[in-house]
Amino acid sequence: MEELFERLAFSVKEVTGFIYPNEIELHWSILIVVYPYLTGLVAGAFILASLERVFNVKEVEPTYRLSLLTALAFLIVAPLPLVAHLGHPERAFEIFLTPNFRSAMAMFGFVYAWYLLVVLLVELWFEYRKDIVVWSKKEKGLKKVIYLILTLGASDLSEKSIQFDKKAGKLITIIGIPSAFLLHGYVGFIFGSVKANPWWSSVLMPVVFLFSAIVSGIALMILLYMVITLFRRKPVDMSCMDKLASFLLYAMILDFSLENLDFIHRIYESEESIKILYQLLISKLFISMVVIQILLGTIVPMVFLAWTKLARLPDELRRLIYFGSAILTLIGIFSIRWNVVIGGQLFSKSLRGLTTYKMELLGIEGLLVALLFLVLPFIILYILVALFPPWKEAEVELEA
Amino acid sequence: MNRRDLLKNLLIIPPGIFLGGLFLKTLSLLKKTPLGKISLESIYGKYNPHAHYYAMGIDIDKCIGCGRCVEACKIENNVPREPFFFRTWVERYVITVDGETKVDSPEGGIHGFPETLSEKEILRTFFVPKLCNHCDNPPCVQVCPVGATYKTIDGVVLVDKDYCIGCRYCIQACPYGARYLHPETHTADKCTFCYHRIVKGLQPACVEVCPTGARIFGEVKPRNNPLARFVRFNKLGVLKPYLNTGPKVYYANLDKEVT
Amino acid sequence: MPQQIKYLFGLAVVLVFIFLIVRHYLVSPSFGQYGHYRAASLQTVVSQEIKYGGEIACTECHEDILTLKNKSYHRGVACEVCHSAAYAHTQDPYEHKPPAPRTRAYCPLCHGYNPTRPTGFPQIDPVRHNPAKPCISCHNPHDPTPPVTPKECEPCHTEIARTKILSPHAPLPCTQCHEAKEEHKLNPRVALPSKPRNREFCGQCHSQEAESPPKILQAESPPEIPRVDMKSHYSGFLCWECHYPHYPEARLKKEEETE
Repeated sequence: MEELFERLAFSVKEVTGFIYPNEIELHWSILIVVYPYLTGLVAGAFILASLERVFNVKEVEPTYRLSLLTALAFLIVAPLPLVAHLGHPERAFEIFLTPNFRSAMAMFGFVYAWYLLVVLLVELWFEYRKDIVVWSKKEKGLKKVIYLILTLGASDLSEKSIQFDKKAGKLITIIGIPSAFLLHGYVGFIFGSVKANPWWSSVLMPVVFLFSAIVSGIALMILLYMVITLFRRKPVDMSCMDKLASFLLYAMILDFSLENLDFIHRIYESEESIKILYQLLISKLFISMVVIQILLGTIVPMVFLAWTKLARLPDELRRLIYFGSAILTLIGIFSIRWNVVIGGQLFSKSLRGLTTYKMELLGIEGLLVALLFLVLPFIILYILVALFPPWKEAEVELEA
Repeated sequence: MNRRDLLKNLLIIPPGIFLGGLFLKTLSLLKKTPLGKISLESIYGKYNPHAHYYAMGIDIDKCIGCGRCVEACKIENNVPREPFFFRTWVERYVITVDGETKVDSPEGGIHGFPETLSEKEILRTFFVPKLCNHCDNPPCVQVCPVGATYKTIDGVVLVDKDYCIGCRYCIQACPYGARYLHPETHTADKCTFCYHRIVKGLQPACVEVCPTGARIFGEVKPRNNPLARFVRFNKLGVLKPYLNTGPKVYYANLDKEVT
Repeated sequence: MPQQIKYLFGLAVVLVFIFLIVRHYLVSPSFGQYGHYRAASLQTVVSQEIKYGGEIACTECHEDILTLKNKSYHRGVACEVCHSAAYAHTQDPYEHKPPAPRTRAYCPLCHGYNPTRPTGFPQIDPVRHNPAKPCISCHNPHDPTPPVTPKECEPCHTEIARTKILSPHAPLPCTQCHEAKEEHKLNPRVALPSKPRNREFCGQCHSQEAESPPKILQAESPPEIPRVDMKSHYSGFLCWECHYPHYPEARLKKEEETE
């Protein structure tokens, strides 16, 4: 507690103008930045996966199973920063017991459970069932037990049954797209519906969150696919990469247009909050918003991606551009989350002053923990990939 | 904490705490009586919450900025003494001849307002006491995911500190900065209109100690109470009316600069 | 029905069933009785310890002091404003003695001069008002009317006095414009001083026909008095609609222009 008081005493000195005395403590820390970032990646990866299934974009097939596993890995980690950030993590289950249906946040439990249990796990199950049944017969030891449990007893491998798996998978994907929209749009709604905060309060917030989620999901899959093929010493499927890069560019154009619409709308309406928000933008958020989010995270990758569309570039250079653009985009989307979550708390609701965010390094709400939550999904993904190899050649061919 | 411990903590503690909490909760509930319903009488005694609906009036022209209300509130409600946690506080507004508005609230005004501007620069100036507005349409209650903050039958917004999960969504949703996270309980905390006092017929502590009668506590409806007189003889304003929160703290002589 | 659906559906039913059972046992029994919250929380809030006893509790033993106080200017100031939270004292008067502030630092919390305080509220400049003497050596806090009637206006009207002293009207005594009966010093609100009523009053010095220099300033080196044509200078308005008599800003503007 002494440490908290020290930190607050430091923050008091950094305040410019007037803030309400209770506003000195900044309540939603970097962990709450990580949470929408992770769910965004989930939604993005899933929507990418559904491209192949629902819209028959054959080029992106090599990433289909990988995308689903990635979505699962990130979805498992997504609620952890939320729980870690609570004042009373041991009471978190109350959100399932006595949800307040008027609260946007209470819906988290249900949206999350729906998405995890009904959409993602079921779709993965139908997708992998045939393989799991075969593996459960072939493997030995612990692995065998795991596979056996995962078949849930449904070991029928008849032609009809396999056909049904395919159909069911497609149906779930169709349900999954609006669900993925819901999952991340809802996260945007948590912020967009806070009428007390003019930086957050906007109908466009869920939409902007959604499109930035798609952007980040595609960028992540480009990155993952390239890194994994590198480690597996396989050739990169360039037609798949080109397609992914195109989708990334289109999604970015949409996302950037929406953000600009929001921006222009605010300036044109210029409500009472405009002065303090302008101050916020040119002082506290200049680096993270203007430089990182807009310039490095959006405009630079957009220009480079457009270049690969307009000019005929060698594969090597294209790969390099895709790789660089994906990294920049991921950083850019992270700073979007930062600018929303942290930025929205840097000005007083009295609209008369600015405060500052002093991030902890260690500690449960510190930088290290946040980094761990960002790394953890990759560890989980590693385990998932080991259990359920998502490669074409690993798929089991049934003898007719 | 080394890296390995940290990783262990992260992987084991959150689900561990979650399951442990479930387990403890089960145990604690098994001990209790199976029915466990609570009658109004066992909560309030003879007091009937249906017969009341509370509100507060603040006459800005009477406030002298002595900070006695802030002091009394901290004592009565065990609010941490550190100047980052307030259930009520006093702001000073100074509008200068240049048209600039200066607002401050040094330590919430608990020690008064020692530093002053010279009169030459002042166009008009006044103090504004602030507290939870006990909104009729409270955004904090709307956003609480678990039902740990609620409006009572008699119109007071309270926090259930034994149920609050500490997500702080209510703090974000309050347009008035009236809530804080209690550093000891790690739950949201705010003004209760001194609920433990008013149900026993006492005044809220801040009203009790206000030396100039700038704070008037009473009820919205009946005519035979101090607030009824206040709402009859003053032009009233509330804070941020455009947010449609329906504040029940009414200000007389509210200036346009007050936010 | 395909095998997969059978098993999946079975699993889902089992999961939902377990959830419902767990939920049934874990939800606090008093939850939802009076709204979306635990009624038990009301008990916790209502049972909070009271610290401020309220003034009525004091009457029982200290009737003499209260009778005195209730006739004085401090009639609205509750005992616990100065003596702090005293509920414990009402329960055990010998174990808990409430403090009584005696130092000079305490009274200025309310009565120290601060331009933001409302006009008419009695304020002194702690540096100049009988320095080093404890307030209670002249003022009984329970009946604070000073033993000696103030001769001048300044002790009570510090704000005006300090404004006027910076203005071109500094040399004028208050009685130049206000007629105050002796009674006003004893009962300020009963016998209010007079105020100028018309333009002609200001015209005594500021019209072009006024004698020069006016008697009142003859002892000093007379400054140049601004004069106007009373007929053409904004006729139909009262002088104090534009000029604050204790600080006639018009003069300030002129100085600024010459700079």
